[in-house]
Amino acid sequence: MARRTPKTRRPGPARAAGLRTPSWVGWLFVAPALAVYAVFVLRPIALTFQYSVYRWDGIGSSTWAGLSNYGKVFTDPDLFATILNAVKLIVFFSLIPVVLGLVIASTIRRIAASRLALAARTVLFLPQVIPLVAAGIAWSWLLSSTGLVNQLLSRIGLGGVTRAWLGDFSTALPAVGVIGAWVLLGLCTILLLSGMSKIDPALYEAARMDGAGPVREFVSITVPSLRQEIGVCVTVTVIAALASFDIVYVATQGGPGNTTMVPGLEIYYLAFSERQVGTASALAVVLMVLVIVVALPIQWLTKDRSS
Amino acid sequence: MIVGRGETWSGRVLLVLLMAATLMPFASLFVTALHPRGSYPSGLDWPADPHWGNFVTAFQVARMGELVKSSTLIVLGVVPVSLLLATLAGFAIGHLRIAGRNVVFLTFVLGLTLPFEGIITPLYYQVRDMGLLNTRWAIILPLIGLFMPFAVFWMRAHFVNMPDELSESARMDGANLWQLFWRIHVPLAMPALSSLAILLFLWTWNQFLLAIVLVDDPLKRTMSGALGAFQGQWGTDMPLLCAGSLLILTPTLAIFLIFQRRFVTALLQGSLKG
Repeated sequence: MARRTPKTRRPGPARAAGLRTPSWVGWLFVAPALAVYAVFVLRPIALTFQYSVYRWDGIGSSTWAGLSNYGKVFTDPDLFATILNAVKLIVFFSLIPVVLGLVIASTIRRIAASRLALAARTVLFLPQVIPLVAAGIAWSWLLSSTGLVNQLLSRIGLGGVTRAWLGDFSTALPAVGVIGAWVLLGLCTILLLSGMSKIDPALYEAARMDGAGPVREFVSITVPSLRQEIGVCVTVTVIAALASFDIVYVATQGGPGNTTMVPGLEIYYLAFSERQVGTASALAVVLMVLVIVVALPIQWLTKDRSS
Repeated sequence: MIVGRGETWSGRVLLVLLMAATLMPFASLFVTALHPRGSYPSGLDWPADPHWGNFVTAFQVARMGELVKSSTLIVLGVVPVSLLLATLAGFAIGHLRIAGRNVVFLTFVLGLTLPFEGIITPLYYQVRDMGLLNTRWAIILPLIGLFMPFAVFWMRAHFVNMPDELSESARMDGANLWQLFWRIHVPLAMPALSSLAILLFLWTWNQFLLAIVLVDDPLKRTMSGALGAFQGQWGTDMPLLCAGSLLILTPTLAIFLIFQRRFVTALLQGSLKG
């Protein structure tokens, strides 16, 4: 009993009797997980930082480069553009799914228990289940010059705007964004819908008594009550945007030109085709930091204050 | 509740539209797959003479049987081990509350948002130096490590909510720590474990980046990575590519439809916790 550490947060007297476990035994339980994590994640993270301050072609000897690789990431317009592209993708990967998801979820809230809504739950989850590569292939075909999107546009009299959406310099990035929005909209909608089912219906009834319309309801009850779910949606989708790879790799390979190049894909090309391991690693560090810097405040802002 | 009929109907219409938009890519893949090989059919035009044989051809050229086997081997290598390691660690951090648990936990949480691209370069050289390049181990071992943050986080969340009294009474009855873990806690953790298993299965099966970087041979990759290679090879033959994509989707879709309740719950919990 004497071996129990005094730091335990809830040191109930009965607890000490029941869990008489020396700490080193507990550490044996953690050790295997920590070991694989250290070897295959922590070590590579450390190495990424190390590589990022060297100039190395992956084969020969490396030379010290200081912070010049980072300088390159922020000054080379092609490299910096990848970060800007990732940020632009947030509009499609996060903003659209979350806003549209909120609108859709609050519209279908009342029929959430119907058979149609149950079927919808399954259907809307499909994009989450299939490989992103398959989504990329399907959408490249839909958005091609002879694809379904153009066919539908011509049919409603918009034949003038049809084009190869993914091959056009001005529309390629938004088109990639649309693919991301398709993948993430279902997840957001259902997450928000399940959050709405936890809101006390009396709140809505009271609002109706006071003469609130659907819009007022949405702004004053739905959105504030869903703080946590919105936070989750935003976090998940923002990370998906910043770290996108599969969809872009399949749909555009970063083209046309560099218009859809994202950091993940650029790291891949730099490290494995152009043999600029140092620059690739500097960009990787920037990407990892960017994700954390963006994800943490969202978690903070949307944390449930009551708990 | 006071509900306008109009609101119910607008909800229905919206829902149907949304489902149609979600299914549209699948429909397009399917219709295109039935066209003659090498043609560029437009939109959703049903072919005059459906070429069902494209599926057979795609099955053969993609060597689907071997692909399923490869992905299954990778899943079997990743998921059970990840579950075991994460359960052990989650138990120690969440229930035994070992000294220094906050530091360990924070170390794991640090990896929660890690983009895989961030470490793929050193991972390549590390796996090469281990002599594992172009083997399934090149995907299996790093994935176990990469899944640890989420898996440990998930299992800790389960064990933190387990009442201490449970362990105490088991201890009174003379169970040692190992028995306490296997006989009491693992069985009780089954719901959490099965949801985690589903998520890890999905993420392994669909893993793309590790597959294309670390394994050259599509037959030793995950399904997703193999699809990437298939696109590279048959990208100009749309009907065949569509047929192949659909075939490669089928296993996940089938498993999803069989376990859909669990899937949806797992995915919802998964994103809420992560």
